[in-house]
Amino acid sequence: MEFLTDPIKVVYDWLLELFLGWGWADWVAVLVIYLLGIVLFISAVMVLDILLVWVERKVVARFQDRLGPNRVGPFGLFQPFPDIIKLILKEDIIPEGADRVVFNLAPILSLASVIFLWAVVPLASRIYGVDLNVALLYIVAAGAIGTLSIIMAGWASNNKYALLGAYRMVANMISYEIPMVVALLIPTVIVGSMSFVAITEAQSDYWFVLVSPLGALIFLIAAIAELGRSPFDLNEGESEIVSGYHIEYSGMKFGLFYAGELLHAFTFGGFVAALFFGGWHGPWAQEYPLLGAFYFVVKAMIGYWVIMWVKYTVPRIRIDHMLAFNWKFLTPLAFILLMVTALTHRVLLDAPTWLYISGMFLSNVLLAWITVEVLRAQARRKRESVPPVMVGD
Amino acid sequence: MENPWIYLGLFLVVGTIIPIAAIVMSAILAPRKPNPIKMSTYECGMETVGDSWVQFKAQYYVFALAFLIFDVETVFLFPWALSLNVMPLFVAVEGIIFILILLAGLYYIWQKGMLDWV
Amino acid sequence: MTAEQIIFFLTAALILISALMVVTTRNLVHAALWLIATLFGAAVLFATLEASFLAVVQIVVYIGAISILFIFAVMLTRRNLLDKVSQTNAGWPWAAGIAIAAFAGLVFLAGQMHNAGAQKGEVFGDPLMALSTALVSPDAYVLAFEVASIMLLAALVGAVYIANRK
Repeated sequence: MEFLTDPIKVVYDWLLELFLGWGWADWVAVLVIYLLGIVLFISAVMVLDILLVWVERKVVARFQDRLGPNRVGPFGLFQPFPDIIKLILKEDIIPEGADRVVFNLAPILSLASVIFLWAVVPLASRIYGVDLNVALLYIVAAGAIGTLSIIMAGWASNNKYALLGAYRMVANMISYEIPMVVALLIPTVIVGSMSFVAITEAQSDYWFVLVSPLGALIFLIAAIAELGRSPFDLNEGESEIVSGYHIEYSGMKFGLFYAGELLHAFTFGGFVAALFFGGWHGPWAQEYPLLGAFYFVVKAMIGYWVIMWVKYTVPRIRIDHMLAFNWKFLTPLAFILLMVTALTHRVLLDAPTWLYISGMFLSNVLLAWITVEVLRAQARRKRESVPPVMVGD
Repeated sequence: MENPWIYLGLFLVVGTIIPIAAIVMSAILAPRKPNPIKMSTYECGMETVGDSWVQFKAQYYVFALAFLIFDVETVFLFPWALSLNVMPLFVAVEGIIFILILLAGLYYIWQKGMLDWV
Repeated sequence: MTAEQIIFFLTAALILISALMVVTTRNLVHAALWLIATLFGAAVLFATLEASFLAVVQIVVYIGAISILFIFAVMLTRRNLLDKVSQTNAGWPWAAGIAIAAFAGLVFLAGQMHNAGAQKGEVFGDPLMALSTALVSPDAYVLAFEVASIMLLAALVGAVYIANRK
């Protein structure tokens, strides 16, 4: 029974007793237990990644009114396995003049930067990698390593189009990092802590999406842009610059980039779920962490589905529109939202819960309404500055 | 645990080894038959023209600079956000002044046309 | 040798070797990448001292922003990324002599000090909360906090000025 209420601790104690019984030193036992836990966790994440390949292909097929993979296994469930086998067996072509070390390092760093994110994600009330007290900044740091890997990939390929795609992708990613970090600041302001575990635990009474819907929206948009997914995927637009920075990659290296991108999307779905939609909270999740983990995965899947929905519905945005949208709209909006949230939160800090939630929600709605009005006035001005065209002139 | 970074360090090491293992597996199992046409760089099926250095738009550098300034600003804002729950109200106003000064900077570079993609 | 010492020596070796490679490698983009390795080593040092905030800020700001700025600057200004000239100039024996003399002097002075070894300062309570309250409380560092924003504004205006003249 105790296993159900606190699985990690039970397994940890049992393994520790076992290893100490074998006569190992204290720190060796702890180290080995950590290693076992980490390998297990990362393996689970990679298996999830493989499943995501299937999910992605089925969902895109349904959005495009076709069936998707359905031959390999029931409903095509085993499709990713032949994919992986194919990618491993494909020849690894390194173009001449490419910088070998950097060329090989880039896909490794790209997938590794996504795996690093999972160390701080709380799957349940007592199941998480490590309770880092600066977890939100750690997430930004892991994203920075991902950005670096892209420019390494683009430069090392010795290919004009790869370099061009890499520049655009990096300009895109760094621009959208600002609203993303500011949107991450909003749960920090509300909870007063950067720790992911603390933020998820603080949502036991009400989800943060009620308190800051605009913040959730800004985080979602910035996250989709950070991922480099449609509608922000000009950088890897297949019809324009032919896959951008990973043109020259073949075989498993391309597989690592692809798997990294899917896992990154799922991870951000998980972040949206954990930061704004209550994470692992749900009925009986507090006593039974495994149930909490199940709720978290379901919510992360829903978040991932929303990201896929946006990807397969909306057309691509041009690069200058993308950057203008970020710097001229999203960044000022995010900062103004942060100021309004901080002020309202501080003023309403000691108010009863219903007043707090409604006060913050109303401030968000007010800000959204003002924004829409400003945009409308701007659009009206632009429309009126163009003289009307007379037909038959 | 006393220092959470021990676990994180191990996680980083294992997390880097797994993609390396995937590539090593591919290097062992995959065929390797280089020939000059396969090794040439890809340019939509044509022969490459000119060397592979493109004119780097100065605009990318301006965006990177603006990003750097705002990144440092958000890093400053993290400790401020942590202290809001335990300090009196004027602390929120201090942070708002900080953000307003930098929003003025954003407005300035916007009006100067630094954010336009020419 | 405790585990801490092993980690410290490994990290110090990483930093020193990367720093050496930054100044000796011929390829400019490689130099930028070795710089990233050096900065990562510095972040690891911060983490071993349990200054978690500084460690992640090091990665976010230095590796995530400044290194990318360096790489962009390198790609913007050099057509040919390989440095063909010799890596040393004619005066290198003198420079080496002065450097060795200065290093010997520093080692001698360090040996004279009585409490060698970096010691963790005593912080009362949670260091992260102490940092955050110190940054905004009126009798601590709030003036520095606000002046930092003005300094960032100055940097922004300066960047606009330079970019306009290009």
